[in-house]
Amino acid sequence: MNRYTLAVLVRNQFGVLNRLTSMFRRRQFNISSITASETESEKYSRITFTFDGDENGKQQLINQLYKLPDVCSIKELTSDNSLSCELMLIKLKNDPNSRDEIHSAAEAFKAETIDYSRDSVVLRLIGNSSKMDDFISLMRDYTILEICRTGTASIEKGGATLRQNLNI
Amino acid sequence: MLLSGSDILVKTLIEQGCDTVFGYPGGQILNVYDSLFTHQNEINHILTAHEQGAAHAADGYARTTGKVGVVISTSGPGATNLVKGIATAYLDSIPMVAICGNVPTTQIGSDSFQEIDITGVTLPITKHNYFVGRVEDLADTLREAFRLAKSGRPGPVLIDVPKDVQIEKCEYVKMPAVEKDEPFAAKDVRIEEAAKIINSAKRPFIYFGGGLIASNAEDEMLALAEKIDSPIGCSLMGLSGVATDHPRFLGMQGMHGHYASSMSMHNADVIISLGVRFNDRVTGNRQKFATGAKIVHIDVDGSELNKTVNSVCSLRGDVKLTLKKLLLLTKEERKDEWMSKVNAFRAEEEIYLDNREGLTPRRAILTLNKYLGENTAVCTDVGQHQMWSAQSLRFRKARRFASSGGLGTMGYGFGAAIGAAYGTKERSVLITGDGSFGMNLSELATAVRYNVPVVVLIMNNGVLGMVRQWQTLFYDKHYSNSVLERKTDFTAFAKAFGGNGEAVTTPEELDEALSRAFKTEGPYIIDCKIDKDEFVLPMLPPGGSMDDIITKLEVEL
Repeated sequence: MNRYTLAVLVRNQFGVLNRLTSMFRRRQFNISSITASETESEKYSRITFTFDGDENGKQQLINQLYKLPDVCSIKELTSDNSLSCELMLIKLKNDPNSRDEIHSAAEAFKAETIDYSRDSVVLRLIGNSSKMDDFISLMRDYTILEICRTGTASIEKGGATLRQNLNI
Repeated sequence: MLLSGSDILVKTLIEQGCDTVFGYPGGQILNVYDSLFTHQNEINHILTAHEQGAAHAADGYARTTGKVGVVISTSGPGATNLVKGIATAYLDSIPMVAICGNVPTTQIGSDSFQEIDITGVTLPITKHNYFVGRVEDLADTLREAFRLAKSGRPGPVLIDVPKDVQIEKCEYVKMPAVEKDEPFAAKDVRIEEAAKIINSAKRPFIYFGGGLIASNAEDEMLALAEKIDSPIGCSLMGLSGVATDHPRFLGMQGMHGHYASSMSMHNADVIISLGVRFNDRVTGNRQKFATGAKIVHIDVDGSELNKTVNSVCSLRGDVKLTLKKLLLLTKEERKDEWMSKVNAFRAEEEIYLDNREGLTPRRAILTLNKYLGENTAVCTDVGQHQMWSAQSLRFRKARRFASSGGLGTMGYGFGAAIGAAYGTKERSVLITGDGSFGMNLSELATAVRYNVPVVVLIMNNGVLGMVRQWQTLFYDKHYSNSVLERKTDFTAFAKAFGGNGEAVTTPEELDEALSRAFKTEGPYIIDCKIDKDEFVLPMLPPGGSMDDIITKLEVEL
């Protein structure tokens, strides 16, 4: 099983995210993260998601995506050809006994403290997904109150863009 | 020209070359029906007994003409009644545009009377669907729907039109009918690769499906078969794509396919697959499917390539255009050894043929064959009668067989046969079973009202035959809920609806009944009594391979 990141440019229309996720569900594609946002052009939205599966599954997923009339362009983004990052907010219990350890870990991961109260502390982390996973795993020794992750945002290195190969 | 949405809708249908639509009125589509009334000299509307029948009629019309079938319904219950017809068309890649009314935009989302989220409901069973929120978008949306329905791999498209959008007015400018997207051939390097594999074949087999018919590639396929000396087989959806009597044609293959066709495919070293999707009913156990063969697969839909079976060479492109290029690169070669093996399979098949006396299913179909003209469309429902039809019907022209292959919709046939009669402008035939016929028999009212010439042949065995066959073979003869025990008199039913019909129990009676039926102006029902323990043979048990094929029934009844 591998993890693939795909960036899809879609027509910016009502319900378009639903069309994609409905296809993922009915064909049982295993999607581990998804982000959707507006883009540089109001005509398009960009949906970036990560898919767990094998090469055949990925190819089938791409082929099925191309059958949706709202899909304009698809690109596979790898760690070689692209830059990815994710943002995480994590709320921890502010316990005097663990305060210093959490602080050191946060420093090592370059996590920023963005809220601090008597009972809780909120940290902000930016980086790749495995960095988030590692940090969460460390924090499990303490009391995690809440986690919110954005999912992966990816963009190709160099001058290439998704809009260069529109399929419409 | 300033027109109301409903007038624009009807005018756009006419502009797109649509001469016949099927449907059923209701509250939220009344404005469109008012416009249909105004334009009744330009567009013909057929009122069915049920929206499902209308959807199947649009499907039958599309299958027999190759044009886009159009169905119209009201919101909520009308729209949901279309669902089965849309799903049937989706699974069989039939071009269709379904138009539904909906509550006014101001009421959408408030659970109004007869409001349903039909674009949500039909999301997984349409190529695409639209909710038209502004009258200004209506004409172009409809045009795009027609283009999508017939482009690439065809399929159904749904348009949901709220009532206020039908009432509001805007400027309408007539446009020419949209063309489908320009078809393209597969990449040259792939075609060269495919030619190399085909040229090295010792035992080639051409296997085609509905995609061949959709791309009108019969001539190119036959030319390839001649050139490389290959036998031809097809899937259920491919039937009528090549004349049944063609010397290279071995018939349908798969679970209930012709023995020679299935055996030849199983023994081939290269399978050239044209517009097929290797459904489980075709392959059986995929691990054991044609293990010795290299598969060359041409399909316009890239997602069908390597979906269920892996091909050594996948070509995404229009079947006809790709075959044209492929023909230039393949070398002419006789393959006498292979063809004599194929002929041996044929001879063996003869031994298995059911030649019993009396009114057997095969004899009934062979009797019917005598009455079929070149242009007669035959539709079926789903079950044993469908397989007997697929095995023994004689076709001479493409697009003259309509059957629910993918979804397996019982109740499909009557609506489809009505649509097919309009599509071919000739008498059509429905072969059905008493179970399937029971699902949509109310469409007899439609056939009687419009005097549609449909010959209905009911293979009446009093049971759900295919279910019974599986229960006999795999469920210890526990005939759970498959014995109908109904008291329906189909002749009396035909007469009560204003039609005509008769019951038959011998081949001679059937022959006479058919000669009367083919002279009748409107619908004619023939209640053909057959034994409840007739089997469809040969049979490849589900999940089995060619080694497990059942050619003779060895079950004690």
